[in-house]
Amino acid sequence: MAVKNKKLNLKDKYQYLTRDMSWEPTYQKKEDIYPDERFEGIKITDWSQWEDPFRLTMDAYWKYQAEKEKKLYAIFDAFAQNNGHQNISDARYVNALKLFLSGVSPLEHAAYQGYAKVGRQFSGAGARVACQMQAIDELRHSQTQQHAMSHYNKHFNGLHDAAHMHDRVWFLSVPKSFFDDARSAGPFEFLTAISFSFEYVLTNLLFVPFMSGAAYNGDMATVTFGFSAQSDEARHMTLGLEVIKFILEQHEDNVPIVQQWIDKWFWRGFRLLSLVGMMMDYMLPNKVMSWAEAWEVYYEQNGGALFKDLERYGIRPPKYQDIANDAKNHVSHQAWATFYQYGHATNFHTWMPEKEELDWLSEKYPDTFDKYYRPRFEHWAKEHAEGRRFYNNTLPQLCQVCQIPTIFTEKDDPSMLSHRQIEHEGERYHFCSDGCCDIFKNEPEKYVQAWLPVHQIYQGNCEGGDVETVVSKYYHINIGEDNFDYVGSPDQKRWLAIKGKSSEEKTESAKQDAA
Amino acid sequence: MSVNALYDYKFEPRDKVENFHGMQLLYLYWPRHLMYCSPFAFLVQPDMTFGAFIEEVLKPAVEAHPDSARARFLDAQWQLNGEPFTPDPSATLKSSGIDHKSMLTVITPELNGIAGSAS
Repeated sequence: MAVKNKKLNLKDKYQYLTRDMSWEPTYQKKEDIYPDERFEGIKITDWSQWEDPFRLTMDAYWKYQAEKEKKLYAIFDAFAQNNGHQNISDARYVNALKLFLSGVSPLEHAAYQGYAKVGRQFSGAGARVACQMQAIDELRHSQTQQHAMSHYNKHFNGLHDAAHMHDRVWFLSVPKSFFDDARSAGPFEFLTAISFSFEYVLTNLLFVPFMSGAAYNGDMATVTFGFSAQSDEARHMTLGLEVIKFILEQHEDNVPIVQQWIDKWFWRGFRLLSLVGMMMDYMLPNKVMSWAEAWEVYYEQNGGALFKDLERYGIRPPKYQDIANDAKNHVSHQAWATFYQYGHATNFHTWMPEKEELDWLSEKYPDTFDKYYRPRFEHWAKEHAEGRRFYNNTLPQLCQVCQIPTIFTEKDDPSMLSHRQIEHEGERYHFCSDGCCDIFKNEPEKYVQAWLPVHQIYQGNCEGGDVETVVSKYYHINIGEDNFDYVGSPDQKRWLAIKGKSSEEKTESAKQDAA
Repeated sequence: MSVNALYDYKFEPRDKVENFHGMQLLYLYWPRHLMYCSPFAFLVQPDMTFGAFIEEVLKPAVEAHPDSARARFLDAQWQLNGEPFTPDPSATLKSSGIDHKSMLTVITPELNGIAGSAS
C-alpha cells in the first residue's frame, strides 16, 4: 500500500481535485443529474475546455484562509480592546457601516447561497469546484463583515437587526431584489450576472469606495476585513472573466443570450451602485474621491478596455452605457436627496453637507451640482436651521424592476424625471428608465410579482397603515434613535461625549499611574 | 418575450387593484419640483372627487414646497398617463378615467422650483 510519489505538484493536485474526482455516469442520464444546465439555451460542447485560471486545491485553500482569519481576528480583538471606534474621523462615518451591514453583508450571504446552488448544476467538474469555493468565500465574507462591525453595534444605533431589516426595509429591497433576481435565474445567467457583470465589471466600485473610505476615516476593523477579502475578490474576478470567455467560445449561439444578460446585469448593477455613490459623496467625512471620478476610473477606463477585448467574440458594450456614464454626475446627489427626505424611515442618519462639503461637491461636479442640487440642499439646510427639517410624508413611486424610487432624470434634460410607463396584460407598470423598462419587457412574468415595499404598505401587509408603525414594528427601526437627522441624534450626543470624555479619562488614568 | 424556465412560469401580478381593499393607487408627478425626489404614490378612493383629491391629498403633500402657495393646480396643464387631460373638480377619479396605478402629471409653467433649479 506504500505510495511512492507522496508529493504531488499543484497542477496535479488540481487535476485530481477537479477532474479525477468526477466520473462519467453509467446508470443515470447526465441531463437527469444536471437538470438545470440546458434550459437557458446555452450550448456547451466540451467542458474539458474549462480552464480554471486560479488553480487552488482544497488543502491550499484552507491553509490560506485559516492564516488570513487568524490575523483578521487578532486585529478585531485589538480594535475592540483599544476602543477603536473612538479613533474614527467622525460618528457620521458609522452611517456608511449601517448601510453596508444591512445592504451589502446580506448580499454576501445571498451570494454564498447562489454559488452553493450553481456549484451543483454544471456537468463540468472544474466549474463546479470553482463555484463551491466561491460559495465558501462568500459565507466567510458575510461572517467576517458582521464580526468587523459588531464592535460598532455596542456604541452606535441602527446596527442591531441588519438581517431582519434586509428582508423588509423599503430601500433594502433594492439590493435584496437584485440578488433574488440573479438567484432565481438559471446557472449560466447567475454566473454572468454575479461573477462577470458584478464581480468583474463593477465590484471595484463597491469594494474600493467602502474599504478606502474605511481607511480614510480611521476604521481599522473594516480596512482589515478588506485586506482579508482582497485575494478572494481577485479570484472571483478571474472566475468572472473565465466564465464569460468559456461560454462565448463554446458556441456562437451563446453570444446573443449572453449579450442580453450583460445588458440587463450591467444596468441592474449600475442602479444598485447609486447607493455606493451617495455613500462616497455624502457619508464619508473624509472623502476618498468623488463618485464621478470612481466611475471614470473603474468603469469608463477599465470597463472600456474589457469590452474592447470582448469585441472579438461579437460582444458590444452594455446597452445604455452612455446613459450610465452621463449619470455619474447626478446619481449620488439624487440618491442622497431621496434618503434625506425619507430619513424618518431609515436605519441610519442623514444630514445636509456642511459648507466646505458643499464646496467640495461644487468643485467635483462643476456642470451639475450648483445648477441642480446645491439650491435644493441650501434650502433644506435653511429650513432645518429654522426648525423645519424637511421630511417627505408621502410614499414614493417605485420602479417595478430596480425598486428604487423613480428619482432619476433624463440624460438630455436633468430637470425632468426619466419615468417610463407601460401596460402589460391590463396592468400598468412604472419604471425609472428605459434600461429597467427593457428588462421588464424581456421577462414580464418575473417582475409582475415584484414585492414593492410601498405597495405592500398600502395593501396592509406591513403591520400598519402609517409610516411610524411600519418603521418601528415591521422594520425594527427604533424611532428617535436609529432614524431622523444626525444633528441632535443620540449617536451625535454619544460621539460628542466620547470626544469630551476621552481627555478626562486620560487625565484620570494619568493620575492613577502617578499614584 | 418571456421567461425561460423549467416549468410553465405564470404568476398573478402582485399589485392588482383587488389587493388594495377598495382603494387604488394613484401617482402624481409635479415636474420641475424635484425637491420631491420622485412622483408621489397615493392610496385613494376611486369615488373621491377630483376637487377633493386636490384639496385633501395633493395640497397637503406639497405643502412644504415654497412654490406650493402660488400653485393653481386646477388651472395647470394636466396629463393622465402621458395624454392631455382636463380635470373636472366635481367628477370622481373613476369617472375621470383615472384607474388603478394611473399617473397624473401636473405642469405649472410659471413655477420652476427652488431658485429656478427645478428642485
